[in-house]
Amino acid sequence: MSTIVFIDTRGEKLPKAAQEAVTYASQLAGGPVTAVTFGDAQGLETLGANGASKVIVARNVKAVDGQQLTRLVCAVTEATGATTIVCVADATGKAVAPRVAARLKAGHVAGATGLPEGGRFRRNVFSGKARAFVEVGSPVRVVSLSPNSVPITSGGSPATVEEFGGDLGAARVTVKELRKAGAGIPLPEAERVVSGGRGMKGPENWGPIEELARELNAATACSRPVADDHWRPHHEHVGQTGVAIRPNLYIAIGISGAIQHLAGVNQSKVICVINKDPEAPFFKAADYGIVGDAFEVLPKLIDAAKKLNAER
Amino acid sequence: MKILVLISQVPDTTARIAFTADNTQYDGNGVTFIVNPYDEWYALVRALELKEAAGTGSVITITVGPADTEATIRKGLAIGADEAVRVDARPEDAYQVAAEVAAYAKDKGFDLVLAGKETIDHNGGQVGAMVAELLDLPYVPLASKLEVSGGTATVERDVPGGVEVLEVALPCVLGAAKGMAEQRIPNMRGIMAARTKPLHVVPATGQAALAATVRFELPPAKGAVKLIPAEEAGKLIELLHTEAKVI
Repeated sequence: MSTIVFIDTRGEKLPKAAQEAVTYASQLAGGPVTAVTFGDAQGLETLGANGASKVIVARNVKAVDGQQLTRLVCAVTEATGATTIVCVADATGKAVAPRVAARLKAGHVAGATGLPEGGRFRRNVFSGKARAFVEVGSPVRVVSLSPNSVPITSGGSPATVEEFGGDLGAARVTVKELRKAGAGIPLPEAERVVSGGRGMKGPENWGPIEELARELNAATACSRPVADDHWRPHHEHVGQTGVAIRPNLYIAIGISGAIQHLAGVNQSKVICVINKDPEAPFFKAADYGIVGDAFEVLPKLIDAAKKLNAER
Repeated sequence: MKILVLISQVPDTTARIAFTADNTQYDGNGVTFIVNPYDEWYALVRALELKEAAGTGSVITITVGPADTEATIRKGLAIGADEAVRVDARPEDAYQVAAEVAAYAKDKGFDLVLAGKETIDHNGGQVGAMVAELLDLPYVPLASKLEVSGGTATVERDVPGGVEVLEVALPCVLGAAKGMAEQRIPNMRGIMAARTKPLHVVPATGQAALAATVRFELPPAKGAVKLIPAEEAGKLIELLHTEAKVI
């Protein structure tokens, strides 16, 4: 049974989420995997290492028009006779996976967190406070994968790369402007995240958080009030109304742990909380905690991280 | 401008999460149900703002659900929607809901269809995109700002590393996220008016679900936090390296 995996490969290097999705697709159905993407990404043949035998790329598609991309995925699905379509549960995948499912009358599992067990896909519901098991009843299925759900495999031979030559119609969604707010590790796919809250007292105090993040090769994040007060950019806001993340390590500094914040980070594998209030509710969700003043604790963490890096 | 807003009924944000004895259904006994916050705070309020700015038009909400969703639907009317539609069916999966919404909307001439970015119970974020596909319309998820001018919607959304500004041809479907509007609290006048606003119940077309949630479970209980004295804070890094093995 052949499998299609639709990935967003924009950027200077292939995103980790794309490599995860190809790995997942190769493990899901057992047959050949055809990766489908768009734009001007280079190095697509390296997706062979993750399990793709072929990559089909629509070079002329630049913008994020879900209709064009849906037509692309469906055309390749039809050509290959694939019965499983894998996407990433990111902004692009969320515009495409449900559309493909509706177009093909295929059952859709949104945000699967691993391979199915007994034919049932596990996904998080109620903002991570429960899990649901989903069965797909249709002959064709669409599965979107939550980032950081599977370890990337490597070692296969390079994939063949073909350009898609079909007509995808005119774009009805176009990018007018992209306001960049700095580089760094994208939050949804970060394996480690260092996050600050109102306890940091002001944007001028973020230096130690950024330094710790650098030492740990982590992304920086913040709580909602911090983003709302413009101390940090909105795309760094993690929580129920911001970005939901599931890194291996989440370090929360000066964040009390409101229910809405927890909802966006409670899928983190290890949670560390640093707060001077021992009654902060976040300690109940934490694996490790330090009751102390962030401004005294952070320098000690940075020193220890530097020492560890020097020893490695 | 004629705007359709998708309204879903969900358990209150702070409600306990429990399931029936066989773990196949959410146990809603004693739980307060609300309008899904993304549908209410962002999609519905922005729709009302656009109508108010234009000085003309209408905002209609649509819900796929049984009769016990009507109290929640009236809340949408109290906030300011002109009328509401309830498709008389129990929601089974996103496709079934989207197909019912699309069947209702296809010949009504909506300029804009707004949905919340996801519901806070199922967290799927699927229905808006499926409605767009079934109606052959453009769709943008995670929209945090929306302006409409002529036949074009200008939409902003956060992307990793910045903000993307998109132009979308109308009619279109958008998934609304935080930032699109500020929450409105219904006033007494709105609550009274909601009682007399039209709530149309339409029969379902009988669309079949394509996927089924067959079981729920709660995550395993969390162990106690391991506290490290502040004066020995550096030990945390050591533990994350040697014990948790995450750095």
